[in-house]
Amino acid sequence: MEKETCTFSFCKKPEVTEVETDLLIMGGGMAGCGAAFEACRWANEKGLKVVLVDKAATDRSGAVAMGLSAINTYVGENKCADYVKYVRNDLMGIIREDLVFDLGRHVDSSVQLFEEWGLPIWKKGDDGFSLDGFQARDAGKPSLKDGGVPVRSGKWQIMINGESYKVVVAEAAKKALQTNREKTGMAQNHFERVLIHSPLMDADGKHVAGAAGFSVRENKTYIFKARAIINACAGAVNCFRPRSVGEGMGRTWYPVFSAGSGYAFGMLAGAEMTLMENRFVPARFKDGYGPVGAWFLFFKAKATDSHGNDYCADKEYFDDAVARYGDYAKGLGTAIRNHLMMRAMRDGRGPILMQTPDAMAALGKAFKEKLGDKEGAKKMKHLEAEAWEDFLDMAIGQASLWAASNIEPDKSVSEIMPTEPYLLGSHAGCAGFWVSGPGDLPGTPEHYSWGYNRMSTVPGLFMAGDVVGASGHKFSSGSHAEGRIAAKAALAYILDHADYKPNPKKSADEVTAEMYLPFEMYEKYKTYSTDPTINPNYIGPKALQLRLQKIADEYFGGVATWYMTSKTMLEEGLRKLEMLKEDAGKMAAKDLHELLRCNENYHRILSVEAHARHILFREESRYPGYYYRGDHNKIDDTNWKCFTNSKYDAANNKWELKKVPYVQMYP
Amino acid sequence: MPSFVITEKCDGCKAQDKTACQYICPHDLMTLNREKMKAYNQEPEQCWECFNCVKICPQQAIEVRGYSDFVPLGSSTIPLRGTDSIMWTIKFRNGVLKRFKFPIRTTAEGSVDPYAGKPAPDFSTIKKPGYFTGPARSE
Repeated sequence: MEKETCTFSFCKKPEVTEVETDLLIMGGGMAGCGAAFEACRWANEKGLKVVLVDKAATDRSGAVAMGLSAINTYVGENKCADYVKYVRNDLMGIIREDLVFDLGRHVDSSVQLFEEWGLPIWKKGDDGFSLDGFQARDAGKPSLKDGGVPVRSGKWQIMINGESYKVVVAEAAKKALQTNREKTGMAQNHFERVLIHSPLMDADGKHVAGAAGFSVRENKTYIFKARAIINACAGAVNCFRPRSVGEGMGRTWYPVFSAGSGYAFGMLAGAEMTLMENRFVPARFKDGYGPVGAWFLFFKAKATDSHGNDYCADKEYFDDAVARYGDYAKGLGTAIRNHLMMRAMRDGRGPILMQTPDAMAALGKAFKEKLGDKEGAKKMKHLEAEAWEDFLDMAIGQASLWAASNIEPDKSVSEIMPTEPYLLGSHAGCAGFWVSGPGDLPGTPEHYSWGYNRMSTVPGLFMAGDVVGASGHKFSSGSHAEGRIAAKAALAYILDHADYKPNPKKSADEVTAEMYLPFEMYEKYKTYSTDPTINPNYIGPKALQLRLQKIADEYFGGVATWYMTSKTMLEEGLRKLEMLKEDAGKMAAKDLHELLRCNENYHRILSVEAHARHILFREESRYPGYYYRGDHNKIDDTNWKCFTNSKYDAANNKWELKKVPYVQMYP
Repeated sequence: MPSFVITEKCDGCKAQDKTACQYICPHDLMTLNREKMKAYNQEPEQCWECFNCVKICPQQAIEVRGYSDFVPLGSSTIPLRGTDSIMWTIKFRNGVLKRFKFPIRTTAEGSVDPYAGKPAPDFSTIKKPGYFTGPARSE
């Protein structure tokens, strides 16, 4: 097929703006906001510039855009080594324990800042019951920093009134960026509505020298030259065909706007990845994808098959799981619980039900016994509000779905269901880049550390949040904390390399032409057919996404095959994906919104390719309940208790995969 | 559950350079029809139902209608976000009405001073664990 290029013969050339900075932060979510807060304070002292680029409005961007009802990582009274143990158990034995411990020892600082900035955090009242953020304040309860006792829904989770969680965190980041503008005299260092398209590699063939992006509001492209970059973009969503394919396609569990741009950026820069075979398939309330964590942990509800049986206690299922997956099955981590649920569903024992009425009744009874009828009923009313808040703070559509279906949780059970797969590194998954650890922890092997914390294998390119591999269960607070860790390390890197001047190999014109190719394609061919949406010369963003989703779903273990794949399936899917990748050279966009979508979907394609190639390389089923290799449906610790690392050579379209030893650092 | 804009209430944010809903939508969905001066959701099947457009609309012109692939008709979920709390009114299909009010922040909007009362960074610790705010815990 002939390759198309953009010479601006058909579409208008945009205005090109060059921005020079010392540190570039990509992504304005929790990790990006953490990075901005930490970086500016250090940078201000030395007159160094910090720039943050966000494809949306930072007040409501990233995974916390809607809000959250809990902070899932607050170590508090626990030990960091136990945090490592918990993450290791849930991620089937292979994690970077240095990164996880490092996260654990830092994360509380961020949570305490959130409270200081105005996030309402629940506290335990004198009667042992919970007080919301206002009640706690009015009762004079101390802040977490001063020894206040949070309401734990689980060992690591604390409850919050988190509708404005992101707004509060963004405010601190924006103010921090403002101080940096004042110190450095930069006119602008916070760019909203700019999508980063690709890395700009240095002419020296080694460093990352910057990033190219385009405005989704005006015909303008940006060349950011930076001495170091923090990639704080999100994971990848809507890569696999979702269970709802109409309007409900947007009702993903993780944010639908997480487009794998962070994965694509690092891959195109040649950064080494790790555990990209990992994915997360959360079991959530069916269709609305509302959270189940509070129901399990806080309200103590049970999930059963439709006959009321606990499928996790099914002897046949459990024995089979132990035979295949060994001791990992006995830990009953998230993946294994998913696996057992899927067994029950495949046997026709569904729908799987969350027994909310039983849980509410048990709590109501306990309240009345403890407090008497009147006070008990009052507490129950408060509890009902808490149950609704759990949805309204973070999955509003689930509340609406309950209302539309006449479901009141104290009266009716609710269906739960495993979702389509998601790629991410900060929630209960660990797909991402191979980064340097802190290096100071006892027992750190040599291959875990190469100088700067959270730096990838590309000099000057740091990672934080979703794109850091082998270190899941950071969640919102951990991502903020990791952004701060990466920022501090990136500043140390910049100071150590004072002589480095970024010198992108690719010219601004060259990369602008690449970014605007979908416009050129559209303008060149749009009149060939009477309806520009059906045209043999190009592919639009929706078609790109649907083709990707179909391939991923049918060949790489999506819901169509109950998460089952194999060598032969993966190879066939990869053949089809290769053609889709080629066709991405013929993307067409009629407006800036479509230009955004074209590029997001290209980023999704690269993310999925990494995922499939890793699944193909790892000849075992390390993550049952998330995906299965039907040809290797067991966990094989003898051969595969190791990291699987890969590198993409974009210039030659070649992949290298290898095993990297896992080292247990904590008991 | 895609957002929709009530024709009568939307004033296109009075021809500012962008509307509030356009500004806030994390997925670039809300857009303005400049001829009619009315906003609309240009890609409803990509809507995450985050309600940020609903919460920010100065005219309360935006609501959300259940995803057509699985939400029965007849219910509504309406937020009213204030400076320190949010009020939710939820109407069930069968008419049951629930109202909840939750805190959203304990400080005044815009009052965050990120570095006030915080120590200056100590550059001798830049390669050690911890932040400029203080050392990391040890266990």
